[in-house]
Amino acid sequence: MHHRLKRFGPPLLLISPTIVLVGVFVYGLIAVNVNTSLTDRHTRAPAEGYVGLENYQALFSDDTFLFSLRNLLLYTAAFLAGALFFGFLWAWLLERGARGEGIFRTIYLFPMAVSFIASGVVWRWLLNNAQGDRASGLNRLLGSLGLDFLQTSWWTHERWGILAIAMPAVWQLSGYIMALFLAGFRGVPDELREAARMDGASEWRMYRHVVFPQLSPVALSAIIIIGHMSLKVFDLIMAIAGQSNYTTQVPATQMWIEFTRSDYALSAAIGTVMLLIVAVLIVPYLVATYRQERSR
Amino acid sequence: MTASTIPAPTGGADRLVVKPPKAKEQRGWVRPVKYLLLLFFLCVVLMPAYVLIITSFKGPGDATPDRAWLLPREWVFDGWTQAWQQLAPALGRTFSMVIPASLISAFVGSMNGFVLSRWRFPGADLVFTLILFGMFIPYQAVMIPLVELMQGLGVPSGVPSLIVLHVVFGLPITTLIFRNYYAGVPQDLIEAARVDGAGMLRTFASVILPISAPAFVVVLIWQFTSAWNDYLFALFFSNSRNGPVTIALNFLASGQLQNYSASMAGALIASLPTLVVYIVLGRWFVGGLMAGSVKG
Repeated sequence: MHHRLKRFGPPLLLISPTIVLVGVFVYGLIAVNVNTSLTDRHTRAPAEGYVGLENYQALFSDDTFLFSLRNLLLYTAAFLAGALFFGFLWAWLLERGARGEGIFRTIYLFPMAVSFIASGVVWRWLLNNAQGDRASGLNRLLGSLGLDFLQTSWWTHERWGILAIAMPAVWQLSGYIMALFLAGFRGVPDELREAARMDGASEWRMYRHVVFPQLSPVALSAIIIIGHMSLKVFDLIMAIAGQSNYTTQVPATQMWIEFTRSDYALSAAIGTVMLLIVAVLIVPYLVATYRQERSR
Repeated sequence: MTASTIPAPTGGADRLVVKPPKAKEQRGWVRPVKYLLLLFFLCVVLMPAYVLIITSFKGPGDATPDRAWLLPREWVFDGWTQAWQQLAPALGRTFSMVIPASLISAFVGSMNGFVLSRWRFPGADLVFTLILFGMFIPYQAVMIPLVELMQGLGVPSGVPSLIVLHVVFGLPITTLIFRNYYAGVPQDLIEAARVDGAGMLRTFASVILPISAPAFVVVLIWQFTSAWNDYLFALFFSNSRNGPVTIALNFLASGQLQNYSASMAGALIASLPTLVVYIVLGRWFVGGLMAGSVKG
């Protein structure tokens, strides 16, 4: 006993501040938040009593909230598809090496160093919904290229407005996905490629059957990274459309609106719904990682 | 980049810089098509930057939509002066928030990473996984009790609150990066110190810390950019008088007057510090991106 204490006491002591902080700020507060979401605390004042799942029932029978969930799903699908497509394509174009590779890499990646608030400033201009003679931004560019028929109302579109918000997100994160895939491509041993060539495989078949399969772990992490970012989308919408624009509502903007109205119970319920959505993606990943670590 | 991005394992950090695979001579038409595509995407990625720069120098004479994509007729600095006046105080506050937050979370993260990878105790993997979960959660799921906890603890709104939050919620990611980095340190080094009778703290201080510089650079860059670009915590824990630059920029850009030259100049000013870090320390920055998502 004394021996174990001497051996494991110091590391436990060293990490205990983090255990306490994460325990309180993550797990403790999640518990308090869930608790608040089950009460009638619709003001700043303390709750008067529990109301069971009433707040959740209210949310799921509210058309605006259902619309915001649908928006979140559409946005995530578009963001994932776009970032994975461009990230993969750019990495593939660069993986054999190219003149000025460093420049391409740096420029493809630079949008990532910028905040969503700053990029929102320019994308709000680019996604201006004026058309025809009054058009500016992308609509003006499309007009001058003779592509007037492609002009749209972007994020103000009643049904598909949220997809316009995915454009700047794809612009910002594709470079990151490129970096992940490029590292993946370069991690494939030369011998594997050589062996395929010796067997007489064409370049395309070599990629298709030898290189691409090696990239599936990278693709999985790319999905986890983009997916969990996407499900929390907030900054971009605040910067481009603002909190009260209907066509771009998502749970995070609604959570903020309820907070500013001091409806703490409802706001807490939205936060919990967001946590559950992210958990569906993250918990299996964490469990798999944990198993992998243990078996090492 | 946002606080919610996850970096990938240091193992892959240098793969990008590693030489590309030995290429078989690419067929005649492949090379020109490749470069055409690379250049096309380069222009697409740079387009928003072009808009930011030209618009920030435009005066009232250039305000008509038909000049939207053209260079300014006359280069004026009014937008820049106005943006600077509005953002300068917030820039100072952001530096005073981001620097201590990155330093503290990096230092604590390095101790955690050491304990979790090299001086383990029973249940270390479980503790690590539970800490890791904290980096994926949508902060909305803790926000309401968090606001009250910080008020209860008497932490003033603005810079002090944000330092605490970026340290606490930065711990999972800094722990992850250091743990992966230390996992590559040969166990012999640590055993040798142990045989010499060094305890945990001495091993950490005399063996581990001296070889930690690369991981520190990666973590500091990472924390610097994510705290600098944060908007969500800033919105809940500060206001336009005591808040960081993202708040000030959004305030400037969402004003009633839609002064595009000032907002675009502001977006450039607000992004300059992270862009400088990215350009000067680009190689490390990419290392940071690679430092954790994919295991092995």
